[in-house]
Amino acid sequence: MTSLDDFFWFALFGGLGVAMTTGPLGCFVVWRRMAYFGDSLAHSALIGVALGLALSIDTTFGVLIACIAVAVTITLLQDQQRLATDTLLGILAHSSLAIGLVAVSFLDNVRIDLMAYLFGDILAINGTDLAWVYGGGTVALAGLAYIWRPLLALSIHADIAHAEGVPVRATRLAFTLLLAIVIAIAMKIVGVLLIVSMLIIPAATARRFAQSPEQMAVLAAISGAIAVGGGLTASLHWNTPSGPSIVTAAFVLFLLANVVGLVFKRV
Amino acid sequence: MSSSQLLVDLTEISIEFDNRNILQAVDLSLNAGEIVTLVGPNGSGKSTLLKILLGLVRPDAGTIWRRQGLTIGYLPQRLTIDPVMPLTVDRLLKLTRASKDIDEVLLEVNAAHLKDTPVARLSGGELQRVLLARALLREPDLLVLDEPTQGVDFAGEIDLYELIARIRDTRGCGVLIVSHDLHLVMSSTDQVICLNHHVCCSGAPEAVQRNPAYLDLFGPRAAQGLAVYTHAHDHDHDMRGDVVATDGHFHSHTH
Repeated sequence: MTSLDDFFWFALFGGLGVAMTTGPLGCFVVWRRMAYFGDSLAHSALIGVALGLALSIDTTFGVLIACIAVAVTITLLQDQQRLATDTLLGILAHSSLAIGLVAVSFLDNVRIDLMAYLFGDILAINGTDLAWVYGGGTVALAGLAYIWRPLLALSIHADIAHAEGVPVRATRLAFTLLLAIVIAIAMKIVGVLLIVSMLIIPAATARRFAQSPEQMAVLAAISGAIAVGGGLTASLHWNTPSGPSIVTAAFVLFLLANVVGLVFKRV
Repeated sequence: MSSSQLLVDLTEISIEFDNRNILQAVDLSLNAGEIVTLVGPNGSGKSTLLKILLGLVRPDAGTIWRRQGLTIGYLPQRLTIDPVMPLTVDRLLKLTRASKDIDEVLLEVNAAHLKDTPVARLSGGELQRVLLARALLREPDLLVLDEPTQGVDFAGEIDLYELIARIRDTRGCGVLIVSHDLHLVMSSTDQVICLNHHVCCSGAPEAVQRNPAYLDLFGPRAAQGLAVYTHAHDHDHDMRGDVVATDGHFHSHTH
């Protein structure tokens, strides 16, 4: 087996792990209209990278800390009424990206490949990364399964759920923390700028065919996995950047799903 | 009604937002088997009072007493379910994790035929009945309905109020309705509370309609309309039955 093959299988294995996690969580991002929220979290990941490098701790762990901090901040700030949520998220998303870039530039004693963080470097994935992907992914999916029912009720209508005794704040916060985990592990694969696409595109593709929320979650994981496989293969053949190739593959699947959906509706 | 039937008791409830008084020393109590209707102009604090009763909003002052273990079924105002979530009526009802038979409850609200319909495809009236079924599955002691007939056509409005009265009769639960259309709920309501930041007047519906405070609030046309109340079609509906444009609350005609 050549080393190139090794890289490929490591990357594929890692990418599939990420897709299986982002699919189901992404459904809730779509249902709860949290795409912009996901962006804010993802962009703060770069601060976590800087933090990890500065403190000489694992960068994925640094990213996790930064994402959780931003997630909690947003959740607390959302209760105020002065600024609309999208304004608030816009401020946080862009300033955290800017602060991250500035912070990274201060670390001139460390050489880092900024592009790898922004757009992902799935072919550089190693054993530790895989452990993060599968460990974090298992935690995220188990957590999601645990809060599935209350989170679903909450996503259908928050006030009804609240009146029926669903612990609204706790459930919301728990979901936010799960998202932070997913972003920390997905960053390696598609990078800070493209993480949200792995959350929302497979879920949106799955919507065409799903009859129930659970079906949509499973189909989203599958369509994400196909995108990872297709994108990686394409990137190997045409020597294109892997992260953007995966996202492009996901988008092509989304287009195909909609074309197929339209055709079936006509019949 | 004996006091042992008391479900909720709110006393001296006050709340303000941005230095504006929304509710001032409002009292509200409700017994099992009783239908209470809350009427008042837009922005009079009706929905806020409901949310305080439900525990969704905490008042600045006042006490809230709920019977221990009280189960509340709640239908919010203007509910829409995003079509991006694939959800059938059956699945929506199963979310309550109720042991009771879903078919039976759907039959009770005349919605048995909707069981496998995607929730996003229901009309306004259908959705309200499905949500009512959902609330009933939890076997509530108290039903709280915030403008339950919004987006429902006139015939549907009458049906819905008749249904609510029937549910009260068979189940003996308490019902609290916020309504802009007092004449529609008159026949089934036991007590009317007229709210405009404070309780203007309350009592039996016929008495409230003659009360000067009520007439003050809803203008001289309400007084003229005492003899005959008819529903004025002051708004249109789009294809899904949602109200497109509406203004005013009490429309009355003399004949």
